[in-house]
Amino acid sequence: MHVATSPEFKQNAKRAIADPQLQKALARSGPSFIARRAAAVAALPEFEALREIGKQIKNHTLAHLDFYLETYAAKVEAAGGHVHWCADAAEARAVVLDICQKAGARTVTKGKSMISEEIAINDHLEKHGIQPVETDLGEYIIQLRHELPSHIIAPAFHLNREEWEEQFRKSHTDLPADRVFHERRDILTEARAKLRERFLAADVGITGANFLIAETGSSVIVTNEGNGDLTQTLPRVHIALASIEKMVPTLDDAAALLRLLARSATGQDMSVYTTFSTGARRPGDLDGPEEYHVVLLDNGRSAMLGTEFQDMLRCIRCAACMNHCPVYGAVGGHAYGWVYPGPMGSVLTPSLIGVEQSGHLPNASTFCGKCESVCPMKIPLPGMMRHWRERAFERHLMPTAQRSNLALWGFVARRPGLYRLATRAAALTLGLMGRKRGRFARLPFAGGWTAGRDLPAPEGDTFFARYARAQRQGTLGKGNQA
Amino acid sequence: MSRETVLDAIRRGLRRGPLPADQRAMLQSRLDAHPRHLIPARSRLDRPGQVALFLRNLEKEFATFSRVADAAAVPAAIAEYLAQQNLPSDIAIAPHPELQALPWAERPMLRLREGRAKASDAVSVQHAFAAIAETGTLMLPSAPERPTTLNLLPDTAIAVLRASRLVGALEEAWTLLRDELGGMPRNVMLVTGPSRSADIEQTLELGAHGPRRLHVVLIDDTP
Ligand code: SF4
Repeated sequence: MHVATSPEFKQNAKRAIADPQLQKALARSGPSFIARRAAAVAALPEFEALREIGKQIKNHTLAHLDFYLETYAAKVEAAGGHVHWCADAAEARAVVLDICQKAGARTVTKGKSMISEEIAINDHLEKHGIQPVETDLGEYIIQLRHELPSHIIAPAFHLNREEWEEQFRKSHTDLPADRVFHERRDILTEARAKLRERFLAADVGITGANFLIAETGSSVIVTNEGNGDLTQTLPRVHIALASIEKMVPTLDDAAALLRLLARSATGQDMSVYTTFSTGARRPGDLDGPEEYHVVLLDNGRSAMLGTEFQDMLRCIRCAACMNHCPVYGAVGGHAYGWVYPGPMGSVLTPSLIGVEQSGHLPNASTFCGKCESVCPMKIPLPGMMRHWRERAFERHLMPTAQRSNLALWGFVARRPGLYRLATRAAALTLGLMGRKRGRFARLPFAGGWTAGRDLPAPEGDTFFARYARAQRQGTLGKGNQA
Repeated sequence: MSRETVLDAIRRGLRRGPLPADQRAMLQSRLDAHPRHLIPARSRLDRPGQVALFLRNLEKEFATFSRVADAAAVPAAIAEYLAQQNLPSDIAIAPHPELQALPWAERPMLRLREGRAKASDAVSVQHAFAAIAETGTLMLPSAPERPTTLNLLPDTAIAVLRASRLVGALEEAWTLLRDELGGMPRNVMLVTGPSRSADIEQTLELGAHGPRRLHVVLIDDTP
C-alpha cells in the first residue's frame, strides 16, 4: 500500500502553495472543468431530477448489495468469466499476481483504475518481475515520474507542458534528444506510438470498472482515449478491478447514471467510449480476451454500510467535488497525501486507511458546501467530514477541532479569490440550510459542530413497499421508479 | 476466497441476515423488469427530428458523416470520403452480411480485407447495430461478424448505419439489444466521436489511442 502522507496535510499544503509550477497548472485547469460542467448541466433541464434518481438507484443497490453481488457473480460465471472476492488489498494483490503468473505474463497493460492505485498493484507486480505499463496518457506520465495521480479523472492535472516534454526526453531515450515538440499534439503522438507497441506486446490487460451490472454480469469502463478498450481487447487475459460499491442492478440503471457521470466529470454528454464487457471470447469471435477475471474488492467498504458514511458508497468518481473545491484548487491533489484527493478523498481516506493515518484531511475544507451542491449523487460531503472530525477529536487525534478549522479558515481568508468563492458558496448553503430547516443547525465556521446527520434510513422497506404498490397498480417496468 | 467473508461483512453492516426468499424474488423481478427511469425530453422527437439530432451531436463530438439514399450508394460514399481525406483505399471490413451485400465491385479502387483489425490497418469499416440520437452515440456489440478491434486500431473508423436503427435514448437501444441478440454479447461499445485526450494541460486533442477520425455513413432507409 502507498504510505499515506495525509497526516502532513498542512506541510504538504504549504509546499504546494509555494510551488509556482503547480500553481500555474491549478490556475489553468481548475476553471475549465467548472465551466464545462456548468454548460453541460445547463443544457439538460432534467439534470436535477436525474441526480435524485441516481441517488435512489445507488441507495437501493447498497441496501441489497449482498443480493446484487451474488446475482452479478453468477452471471459473470455463466458467461465464462471468473469472480475473485477479495476482503482487502493484500488479497487482491495476490490474486492479480497469481493470474498474471499463470498467464506467463511479462508485461501487463493497464487502463486507468483508482482501485489499482488503492491496492498499489504496480509495485507488487514489479517486485515479482512483471512490468505494468499505464496506458492512460495521464497515468503514463505519472508512472514515468514515479508519482501518484493528483486527480481521480485527470491524473496529470498538476503538470505543465514543459514537464511532459522534459519527462519524455528523459524516458524515451531511443528517440533523437534534440527533437522538437511544436505543440501538444506532438507529445500525444509520441505517447501514442510508444504505447501502441506496448498494447500489442502485453500478455494481460488490467482495467478498472465504473459500474458492474447485476442483470448481465458486465463490467463497464468509461474513457475518452480508447486505451482502456485496447487494454481489455488485445491481450489474452483481461482483469477488471472493481470495488463492491460499483454495483448497479440493470442496464437501464446504468443508463440513468451515465447521464450524470460524464457531465459531472468532463462536461461531456457522454464520454467517447463506454464499454460493457461480459465474460470471455465467444465461439466464432475474431478478437477479445480468452480469459476474463473480475477482482471484487471490499477493502473497508462493507464497514461503511450502516454508518454515517454509507452515503459515500454512492460515489461514481466523477471528480466534480474536487473540481469545485477551493482547497483542492489551492493545493492540488498531492497535498492530500494518499490515493483519493479532494472532498471525496477527505471522507473516503479515513474510511479506508483509518482516521489515524489520515490526520487533518477532514479539516481540509472550508465547509463552503460547494462539493455537496455539485455532487451528482448528492453525497453530503461536508457533513461527513464533520463526522470524521468528531471521531478524531474523540480519540484526541487533533488539537481541537475548532482551532484547526480556524487555522484553515485563516489560510483561505488570506487568499481573496478563494475567500470570495468560499463565502459566496457558504452564504448560498446557509440560505438553503436555513430555509430548509427553519434554523441554523450547522453553521460553518461558527463553532457549533453539534449537528450529526441521522443514519440513512434503510432503503429496503421503502423499495419493497413501493414494489408491492407498483405491482398492485400494474405499473412495474413502465414508470420511473428506482 | 473471501466470498463469504465479504457477504457476511455486508450483512453485518446492513444489520440483517441473508434476505428471505420473498424479498429475493422481488429483487429478481426488478432485474427481470429492468424498469426505465426518466428519459430526457430532448430525444422524444419524430424520425426526421431524431436523425437531425443525431447528426448534430455527431458533429458536436467531432465525428463526420455522409448521407446516402440507399445501401447501394455506400461504397461510393466511402470511396469519396477516403479520397477527400487523402486516405489509403485499403480497408479492414467487418464480415457482416449487410456489408457483404453492398456493391463493392463498382468501386474496384477499394481493396477490402474482411476480419479483425491488424495493427497496420489505416481504415476500418464497421457495421453499426444501432445508434442513439440523444448523444450521437453508436452501439457496436461484438460478434463474429462485428470484431471489436475494428473500432479501435485503425486511425480512421467508418461505421455504416441504417437510419431505421436510430433510437432516441440509450434505454431504447438496450431494448433492441435484448430483443434481437437474446443475451449480452461479450463486448458492447458505445462510441461517441473519435478518440481524444485532455490529459496534457486539460486541452482537448483528438486521436489519443483510438481512431483520430470517426465517419458515419447513414443510409436513409426510412421515410
Ligand atoms: S463524491 Fe460526488 S462529486 Fe465527488 S467524485 Fe464522488 S460522485 Fe463525484
